[in-house]
Amino acid sequence: MNLTLRVWRQKNANSPGRFETYEARNILEDMSFLEMLDVVNEELIQRGQEPIAFDSDCREGICGMCSLVINGIPHGGRRGTATCQLHMRHFKDGDTITIEPWRARAFPLIKDLVVDRSAFDRIIQAGGFISVNTGGTPDGNAIPVPKPDADAAMDAAACIGCGACVAVCKNASAMLFVAAKVSHLNLLPQGKVEKDRRALNMVRQMDAEGFGNCTVTGSCEAVCPKEISLSFIAKLNRDYGLATLKGK
Amino acid sequence: MTLDSKIPSGPIAQKWDKHRFDLKLVNPANKRKFEILVVGSGLAGASAAATLGELGYRVKCFCFQDSPRRAHSIAAQGGINAAKNYQNDGDSIYRLFYDTIKGGDFRAREANVYRLAQVSVNIIDQCVAQGVPFAREYGGLLANRSFGGAQVSRTFYARGQTGQQLLLGAYQALCRQISLGTVQMYPRTEMLDLVVIDGHAKGIVVRDLISGRISSHAGDAVVLATGGYGNVFFLSTNAKGSNVTATWRAYKKGAFFANPCYTQIHPTCIPVSGEHQSKLTLMSESLRNDGRVWVPKRKEDCGKPPTSIPESDRDYYLERKYPSFGNLAPRDISSRAAKEVCDEGRGVGPGGLGVYLDFADAIRRLGVDKIRERYGNLFDMYEKITGENAYETPMRIYPAVHYTMGGTWVDYNLMSTIPGLFVIGEANFSDHGANRLGASALMQGLADGYFILPYTIGHYFASSKQFRPPTDHPEFRKSEEEIRAMTNRLLSVRGKRTVTSLHRELGKLLWEKCGMARNEAGLREALRRIPELRDEFCRTVNVTGESGELNQALEYAGRVADFMEFAELLCLDALHREESCGGHFRTEHQTPDGEAKRNDDQFAYVAAWEYKGPDRQPEMHREPLIYEEVQMSTRSYK
Amino acid sequence: MKVVTNIFGSSLGKKYVMAISGAVLFLFLIGHLAGNLQIFLGPDVINRYGHLLQSNPELIWPARLFLLLMLVLHVWSAARLTIENRAARPMRYAQYTPLAASYASRTMMMSGLIVFTFIIYHLLHYTVRVKAINLTGQDFAGPEFQTPIKGLIGEHQHDVYRMMIVGFSNFWVSAFYILGMALLSLHLSHGISAMFQSLGWKNRVYGPFLDRAARVVAILIFLGYVSIPVAILLGYGKEAL
Repeated sequence: MNLTLRVWRQKNANSPGRFETYEARNILEDMSFLEMLDVVNEELIQRGQEPIAFDSDCREGICGMCSLVINGIPHGGRRGTATCQLHMRHFKDGDTITIEPWRARAFPLIKDLVVDRSAFDRIIQAGGFISVNTGGTPDGNAIPVPKPDADAAMDAAACIGCGACVAVCKNASAMLFVAAKVSHLNLLPQGKVEKDRRALNMVRQMDAEGFGNCTVTGSCEAVCPKEISLSFIAKLNRDYGLATLKGK
Repeated sequence: MTLDSKIPSGPIAQKWDKHRFDLKLVNPANKRKFEILVVGSGLAGASAAATLGELGYRVKCFCFQDSPRRAHSIAAQGGINAAKNYQNDGDSIYRLFYDTIKGGDFRAREANVYRLAQVSVNIIDQCVAQGVPFAREYGGLLANRSFGGAQVSRTFYARGQTGQQLLLGAYQALCRQISLGTVQMYPRTEMLDLVVIDGHAKGIVVRDLISGRISSHAGDAVVLATGGYGNVFFLSTNAKGSNVTATWRAYKKGAFFANPCYTQIHPTCIPVSGEHQSKLTLMSESLRNDGRVWVPKRKEDCGKPPTSIPESDRDYYLERKYPSFGNLAPRDISSRAAKEVCDEGRGVGPGGLGVYLDFADAIRRLGVDKIRERYGNLFDMYEKITGENAYETPMRIYPAVHYTMGGTWVDYNLMSTIPGLFVIGEANFSDHGANRLGASALMQGLADGYFILPYTIGHYFASSKQFRPPTDHPEFRKSEEEIRAMTNRLLSVRGKRTVTSLHRELGKLLWEKCGMARNEAGLREALRRIPELRDEFCRTVNVTGESGELNQALEYAGRVADFMEFAELLCLDALHREESCGGHFRTEHQTPDGEAKRNDDQFAYVAAWEYKGPDRQPEMHREPLIYEEVQMSTRSYK
Repeated sequence: MKVVTNIFGSSLGKKYVMAISGAVLFLFLIGHLAGNLQIFLGPDVINRYGHLLQSNPELIWPARLFLLLMLVLHVWSAARLTIENRAARPMRYAQYTPLAASYASRTMMMSGLIVFTFIIYHLLHYTVRVKAINLTGQDFAGPEFQTPIKGLIGEHQHDVYRMMIVGFSNFWVSAFYILGMALLSLHLSHGISAMFQSLGWKNRVYGPFLDRAARVVAILIFLGYVSIPVAILLGYGKEAL
């Protein structure tokens, strides 16, 4: 199939960006979206032009490095699918596809479709861990964890930190990410010890990074490649509120 | 130079304890005077950086991804082994040790493997305390599953995302140290050279991938945790960015490279669908617990829809050849068996490069819900990629390059032949011999990072003179100049071919001549073709853009340039090893029924290669493998 | 002090302020509706209710001030959050497909602003009783809207019943009222469930039920309020005109 791409090109953070139009020819339906871009880039290089810069690494939907807002939807809008696992069989010959980077103040643009998501790392550094040093930990079976709690923690921990929740949210809010990270640890007995501190510190950092607020539209849940539930945001709200009431 | 593996004396079960006592310590107050450079932030790198930070060292950690959480350890699906014997099924440290040695086809260093099995139990405790959400039983205790190459259930798992969860545990520990100021993190930064001063590793030269700036970092020791070299084959289950650059450049500075020919081909990957393919996707080995592998008995049936082929016309070749392990035969054996049937022309799918993995029996026996519960995410992934519903039609799978057992040679302390250069995780060669068992890579990465390196690195500091050169030392200047020159060279060619096309050509050559089955003629052919291809790369590569900006084409070109050199060493090692063992199968050396034939008399050693200069043959050094504890035997899974 | 900064300084805290003030205003809406619906029980009942409220300023004024404070907090938090949310995405998407987000959730600010305008009009209309805006030419504060209190000779009370009948018999007033209630209902259909979410009183088990319940309650409130102008326009209470 042949496609027309409208791709956001921007040399760096300081120069203005614009859409460029490219033809993607002879695209096979077995190709992934990123492989389609690889094909376009190969042609660009052969013509001596600079290829489109975009992030990707594992290309199997787990590292969270790939991004791209495709036709107005982060990761292209197939349920539970990251861009690297989106395949061209979901597009039709002759389609025009608009490709934009994640847009949020907290994710400054680096080049073309590549953005800086280090704000997420700083949120984890603010409290997204359990403070144990290596060694001296009790036996793995010393603390029984009820299966439903372990399963719920795993549901939250499945987050790949891609930032699609921020990209899709009309307020560029990072609540789903922060909620997933806080819930993962706060649900487990090991993590309960620092429950209050964690919620307060991570939310403080989230605010400092310049993300927007949650207005509960639910679009984050809908685009999340790991289908993280909005109910974790409720849990974060609860944990933060309780921590606040305790005067922590 | 003779290789000293520094294996402690004494009975195997006491070696590590004894060694830990013998290791010199660094006074806690003095630790902060030492600066350690950790390259890579996967399981090994992140766990090492975090633990060293906790101990009080000053650590700098580098990764080329935009966040340390994205290292490719994250993609490991199945699980992590540990000799906990929680299932009361007869497991023990000794059994894990023995299984790993046997799985590695008696080409691993015995003392290292025993230590790995010992430490495995601490890893689980550590990860649980960090909040890794391992699968649990209803009673609240940890659940286990079984895995290829073992007859006990010792694999701990977190759904199909064990690697992700373990990496997040290590990453979180790392983040804690970053916030405490003991670790400084440098994401989107790629190591391009190792700096050796007075025979000791004293620093690295890196490129900031955003600004393109080349800079130097000096340290008292350098730790490489940069993963394996599977991407030399172009198509592999590795991430797009995985590369050999760090260990290769260390090799060129004097760190011996061991056993590069030991490459693991994973049997259950989604087959290649065309030329455009950029990477291969693994389907967890756990699928083989319930799936049955088959191909049609007759070539003529290969094009037919699989469900129309009657039972009597199907060849369940793994069950036929290995009745006791059946579909759970180890990775190298299953992969080779798939290749064999495809070579006979009985492969299915595009190009005849695939075999069926059929769940029809399991669905009939357990019901579709049970199968969905066990493997739902894998079936979904398969459908995303192929567009086929594996509940109705069998999956098509084919082997793909997955893991590399070879790597930088290290001694028992995980130190390379360059003092002060430590290499951990998949980047070193130490624990898996010629073949790695499933669920053991995560175990090794974390063992090295959490529980081994933090002890042994202190010994190095305590027993050598402390000297940290300034980054304007002539050696740093020289390295930086070399890197700049290399970068400019790549950017100035402006030839006709893209990096990808050259990489793909190299990969194809290696896959054909040095893949699942190798022979002398093919390897010689590869050794003739690789320098030609390298030459073509130098003459015709087209790298666009500039050096002072984010330039992904340039990053990639640098990595492929190293693969072009490394491929030769890989083939050289494969050519010299005149035997078949584990992931290295030489067609000249097989039993009459097609099984690998080891040659213990001549090849029971680690081949460690020393760089001798750009146009000179590297020199091979032998580290004999002496088995004090186990008897070498023929590996049989029949 | 930390409690105060956590609540008024953080993003989550501002959402609590919005949720709690919203909850109070929501409870008021229910009480107010219960009061208004007494119109269907005849003039005596609703006038007695009106008199009860108006003759107890020591109760009614604190309540009014409290509601006003809640309204201010609700509007303040909405304004703060909106400013922050705008700032969080300085560069808009060229193409943007809102996924899963309901119309109500995306238009809270707009529905809120219109409802706010309506509230001001409504207060001037029936509470302050500004003659110029009721469009009927009659003075709701005048003596013609006083009625004798049964059993108390010489005492008068405000004829709430007649005021409502007269007020809503103007088509445009009723139309604006119905529009205001429609937008309020839209606002509530998202607001009620979001309130539970923001306060953390929601989970996967009863969360979906709450979402549905919020929509049902919003519709019921709409029907309840709108039943009055609709009934009057259809001729209910004609005799009082």
